[in-house]
Amino acid sequence: MLFTGFVLVPIGVAGVYSLYSWNGFGPLTDFVGLKNYVEALSGDVFQSAIGHNLIIASLSIIVQLPLSIGLALLLNRKLRGRAFLRMVVFAPYVLSEAVTAVIWLLMLQPGGFVDQVLRNVGLGGLVQQWLADPAIVLYTLFVVITWKYIGFGVILLLAGLQGVPSELREAAALDGATAWQTTRHVVLPLLGPTIRVWIFLSVIGSLQLFDLVWIMTLGGPANASTTMATYLIDHGFKRYEFGFGSAVAVILFIICFTFALFYQRFALRRDTEGALTRAVS
Amino acid sequence: MARRNTAGYLAAFAVVGITVVPLLFVLLGGFRTTAQINSSPAGLPGPWVWDNYVEVATSPVFWRLLGNSALIAVIATTLAVVFGAMAAFALSRYAFRGREAFYTLFTLGLLFPLGVATLPLYLWLRQLGLLENPLGVAIPEAAFSLPITIVILRPFMHAIPAELEDAALLDGAAKLGFFWRILLPLSRPALSTVSVLAFVSSWNFFLLPLLVFNDSSNFTLPLGVAMFQSEHTQDTAKVLAFTALSMIPALTFFVLAERRMVGGLTGSVKG
Repeated sequence: MLFTGFVLVPIGVAGVYSLYSWNGFGPLTDFVGLKNYVEALSGDVFQSAIGHNLIIASLSIIVQLPLSIGLALLLNRKLRGRAFLRMVVFAPYVLSEAVTAVIWLLMLQPGGFVDQVLRNVGLGGLVQQWLADPAIVLYTLFVVITWKYIGFGVILLLAGLQGVPSELREAAALDGATAWQTTRHVVLPLLGPTIRVWIFLSVIGSLQLFDLVWIMTLGGPANASTTMATYLIDHGFKRYEFGFGSAVAVILFIICFTFALFYQRFALRRDTEGALTRAVS
Repeated sequence: MARRNTAGYLAAFAVVGITVVPLLFVLLGGFRTTAQINSSPAGLPGPWVWDNYVEVATSPVFWRLLGNSALIAVIATTLAVVFGAMAAFALSRYAFRGREAFYTLFTLGLLFPLGVATLPLYLWLRQLGLLENPLGVAIPEAAFSLPITIVILRPFMHAIPAELEDAALLDGAAKLGFFWRILLPLSRPALSTVSVLAFVSSWNFFLLPLLVFNDSSNFTLPLGVAMFQSEHTQDTAKVLAFTALSMIPALTFFVLAERRMVGGLTGSVKG
């Protein structure tokens, strides 16, 4: 009931609102059909917002995933102080996006902490307008996202690593496999399901990115870091374009949902195929 | 082997540095003055200044934000766990038509973006008179926590042997008695995992409180931090102290709950 009332129904109702031109007050009368959708999808800002979400999602897979796997493998080794290390890596994940955003906002101020550290280590040439330059603002945000979320990937993968039987590693070592070969051919394939879960969560998260961007840049400068969600809230709540905002919401929903369906099918098929080939060989 | 471990320690050291330095920047920055920070952003406190922390810790604003956050998180967690446990109980121990469809619906709920529901949700909360009300934030938060709660609890309850249930029934317990007296106590590890998750997600929620609360005396901690930052842009040191203090509850809670969280995740990933 709770779930239906506060999650399912609102999503359905958004579908209805999206067909009207409406400011959120008064009766719902001005039926415009699919005009809101056409307007959103043909607008430059929304198109670039979709692009930004996709860039963040791809960067996550290309950069965060290898980093998380490397870290998880490292923290799975018998290092002294391992428990402490795990905790440290996980700590930023516990902070709210709001706190994370404020911390980095202050560190990235022009002439601030980041700039001074770069200068002190002789990399002063790298100093940028981190959040004010449209060309790099998205990548700056990505670094902050990585700082915050890497720990989640590491914990998930560490949990997956506990499912890798140590006998398999020992057997591989006895057969003369190097550490790298064991990792590549024994450990990584067994981590497959965990990695697929991580990719799924990470893409969905990237598509819904909001808090961090809202606090750090409000989607600026010049919409260079607008995401679908900031676009939605900006139009829905700041400009009272409830009909238009709802259309954006429905588009966001459809994108997430389509991805989820395709991914489910694709990933599931791969998992069954893998199981089959393993059983045969 | 020794060489590999050295490389490992170096890598670990680098990782710790990158993770911790921003946190230290905040904590230590609170002990400096804004003038110190402006002249050398990456420096250490010299001399150490306690004023910022004292000022924030004695201001009613900070404590009110903390109280608001705590109240909402407790309500949201209670609702999510109570309803989630009941739903998971029904979905795992009763056979009825459409059971799997229901479960699938909840699993799909994992990927419903809050953003999509916000506009109608907001209007609805306005109609119900729940704007500026902690319940207006806690109830939807609980609803959005339900999917993960059920997805973790159901397999757990499913795995509890049917023989136990039969035995309980023979001993004269009703279905509900079985739920209260046997299933819930046995599910305690999973229940604590979902409670931690629901609590943390409520604690960190930003969008919903942002929309529901206009009056800053109702704000939660994340909203408060963002607001404090934009109101005191000139006074970096005080913003750092404020942010540092607001990190402490989450970090403390995490240190206390870490084992449970990781344990629960391990269980659910293994299936």
